[in-house]
Amino acid sequence: MAEKILQIRNLRVTFETPFGQVFAVRGVDLDVEEGELLGVVGESGSGKSVTFLAAIGLLSSRARVTGSVVLQGEELIGKTPQQMRSVRGRLMAMIFQDPLSALNPVHRVGKQIVEMLQSHQNLTNKQAATRAVELLDLVGIPQPEQRSNQYPHEFSGGMRQRVVIAIAIANNPKLLIADEPTTALDVTVQAQILEVIKRVQQQFGTAVVLITHDLGVIARVADRVDVMYAGRNVEQGLVDNLYDHPSHPYTRGLLSSIPQAGKDRLTPIRGFPPNMMSPPSGCAFRTRCEFAEPSCEVDIPELKMFNDLQTACLRAHQLPSFQVRQ
Amino acid sequence: MSDELLNVVNLVKNFQVRRTRNSGSKKRTVQAVTNVSFSINRGQTLGLVGESGSGKTTVGRCILRLIEPTSGQVEFDGEDLGSMKFEELRATRRKMQIVFQDPFASLDPKMTVGSSIAEPLIVQGVPGDHNDKVFELLELVGLSVDHASRFPHEFSGGQRQRIGIARALALNPALIILDEPVSALDVSIQAGILNLFEDLQKKLGISYLFIAHDLSVVRHIADRIAVMYLGKIVEIGDRDSVFDHPTHPYTKALLSAVPVTDPKVERLRSRVTLEGEVPSPMNPPSGCRFRTRCWKAQDICAQQEPVLELRATSQMSACHFPES
Repeated sequence: MAEKILQIRNLRVTFETPFGQVFAVRGVDLDVEEGELLGVVGESGSGKSVTFLAAIGLLSSRARVTGSVVLQGEELIGKTPQQMRSVRGRLMAMIFQDPLSALNPVHRVGKQIVEMLQSHQNLTNKQAATRAVELLDLVGIPQPEQRSNQYPHEFSGGMRQRVVIAIAIANNPKLLIADEPTTALDVTVQAQILEVIKRVQQQFGTAVVLITHDLGVIARVADRVDVMYAGRNVEQGLVDNLYDHPSHPYTRGLLSSIPQAGKDRLTPIRGFPPNMMSPPSGCAFRTRCEFAEPSCEVDIPELKMFNDLQTACLRAHQLPSFQVRQ
Repeated sequence: MSDELLNVVNLVKNFQVRRTRNSGSKKRTVQAVTNVSFSINRGQTLGLVGESGSGKTTVGRCILRLIEPTSGQVEFDGEDLGSMKFEELRATRRKMQIVFQDPFASLDPKMTVGSSIAEPLIVQGVPGDHNDKVFELLELVGLSVDHASRFPHEFSGGQRQRIGIARALALNPALIILDEPVSALDVSIQAGILNLFEDLQKKLGISYLFIAHDLSVVRHIADRIAVMYLGKIVEIGDRDSVFDHPTHPYTKALLSAVPVTDPKVERLRSRVTLEGEVPSPMNPPSGCRFRTRCWKAQDICAQQEPVLELRATSQMSACHFPES
């Protein structure tokens, strides 16, 4: 069994707002193994981004974070902002949906990579500049030498995302968290960026967490999947198993909602996601679940091994078998 | 009554760009839509797909004359919209409606849902009390009658999109232009909206121009598909022939870029990954506009612009070296 690089246990994130508390993450348990590509999937408001923003220490002070996040044996919850700054970029890095807002518009991209390199490594300006060009080349930017002297606005969306990836992997982190990295891009460019991310994983053994709402993206690149709903993980497992025989009614619902060749009628999930100021008691999915029974209102289901998957459903073993491909 | 409801012939839309310091005195033009022709039959759906900047939204707006086309013809129900005076156009627009992408921006936050839905009726001078019609429309799109007195902020994205659809249906249109109507929604909600479009078409015989960048959604809902690249249609045809046997290299690459929700299939697929990104429509490549990213490009592609040619029954593509 591969070593675990990141272990999240009972992570809870609550935001204080003028209207009351928002329970964004409600007890997430999750492991990331060394060198794997873990896909985290969920719809808007499922807590998938907040979970990892909390892990990397990028939430505002208005967020109350409890639980445990262990990165390579080191507990991160409770670290000071200064301590976290030395972790970020060196041990783990994060990239976001909008590459333009992640880059500084008034600095040349080469300089921004140099800055990242020098904040964690003792490199001379010349060494760092050379390394920056190598990194740009690595992420597939043509003419890296000239490009490193250009400003972010001179790059297209896809090229900017490559620059952001170059910055993120500059110090060879153990873990790269990619939060919807291709959502703002066209499909042909998305395919290119996914290839870059996959290459980083395979070439450097970097573990990657890919947060997305797109089950197709996960099917293409992920080794393992974690499905989130209403601030909790509802199902985890190897990508083949999860797509082949999902157990959790929510995972099944997602797969039935997606248009696919040869599918005549889509089956939406009824209702809509809960308000996270007052999530339903017990299993949060019960209000939309066709298999819910009274006991689902009481007990919060924990992840349990069933049929090659970790599934958080009280009734997992009683559900009829599921056929995605029609 | 002919089968053809909408006929677009050689539609062109150029936008003049303001002079900037760098462009000097030369006026610059963005060729958003160049010589686009297609037709939609009654009760049918044409899916218009393409990446950002391909001109698909501009086509939709030119049809409604929300923006004036530079040249070309749009015939609706046998009448030429371009030559109509404003009053005539307004009367014809009753029969053509649009639903936008963003369900948050397309509803007035200060109007109740009921008055938003009734507004087209008032604008078009439909006489009488509109309450019954509003209730009927709400039920038609899967909302309930008591939603009429509520405000948009009380609804989720999917529900708001249903309100937008009810408003579009108010005047019993023959054509609805759906401009990325589900791309702001989560998949579990999107499925319900797509089903609604299908049900409404079956029940009311409406035609759709379904504009989207998501090919799996278009494949699901459209009868015919038109693929646009940099302002031009590069391939058009029946859904299954375009998806199963794409003849234009761009169509092939686009289909190959879309991930399939099955990891086993994904692993076995051969993939064409395009290099680079879409060039600027301000300065499109000579000849075939796709040639700068095409793996088949030869000298002729730079010199001579390919025209749409018939490749199979009702499938056309514009390429010098079509896929077979």
